[in-house]
Amino acid sequence: MTLHVINKTPSNLPLYHRMLNGLSAGDGILLIEDAVYAGLSAHQALFEGLPIDIKLGALEADIQARGLTHRLSPTFTLVNDKAFVQLSCEHDKVVSWY
Amino acid sequence: MSAKKSILIINQSAPYGSSNGRESLDLALTCSIFEMPVSLLFVGDGLYQLINNQSPEQLQMKKHEAMLSALPMYDIDQIYVTAEDLSENGLTENDLAMPVTLIQRDVIASLIQQNDSVLTF
Repeated sequence: MTLHVINKTPSNLPLYHRMLNGLSAGDGILLIEDAVYAGLSAHQALFEGLPIDIKLGALEADIQARGLTHRLSPTFTLVNDKAFVQLSCEHDKVVSWY
Repeated sequence: MSAKKSILIINQSAPYGSSNGRESLDLALTCSIFEMPVSLLFVGDGLYQLINNQSPEQLQMKKHEAMLSALPMYDIDQIYVTAEDLSENGLTENDLAMPVTLIQRDVIASLIQQNDSVLTF
């Protein structure tokens, strides 16, 4: 199981495609920094056709800073800093996409 | 004395992830002090600077939205957003921190032509 951490806005489409291409069933995706805008409902087409059982999360502090708390797609779980550490430990590998 | 040069500042960076947004505002306010006519265009990721209810306390950064609210005090009211960027992000004018002028993306070329200088952030 791998945790994929991405930090660029969804306008960096090739980066998102590279990440999605590297996904396996059971992996997690965590949106941090400018990537949290990919959690807007309007961008959910990006995450269509994922392998089974992919967990989607977004870093809470970055969501709040950017005014997205009430605009996040319900498919994403809010992850605080403590949970980020826990996720990093739970997964065998952490891959950063930037 | 020659007429003041007009300036268009194109903002295409999201807030917080880089300092571009803040630097662009510094420039806008400075130009305004020198009585240059200033227009601001928020396009692409730049639109995200305007989303309301920002709360960056945990990041220990200044609230970008609050800095933008200084613009009217500097008589900067030419603020442009494209309708296409709003709809592609599922947002409306009600999601924005301040009143803007909505334009179509194909008006950007004439905005660039109309102004004497153009800077991008």
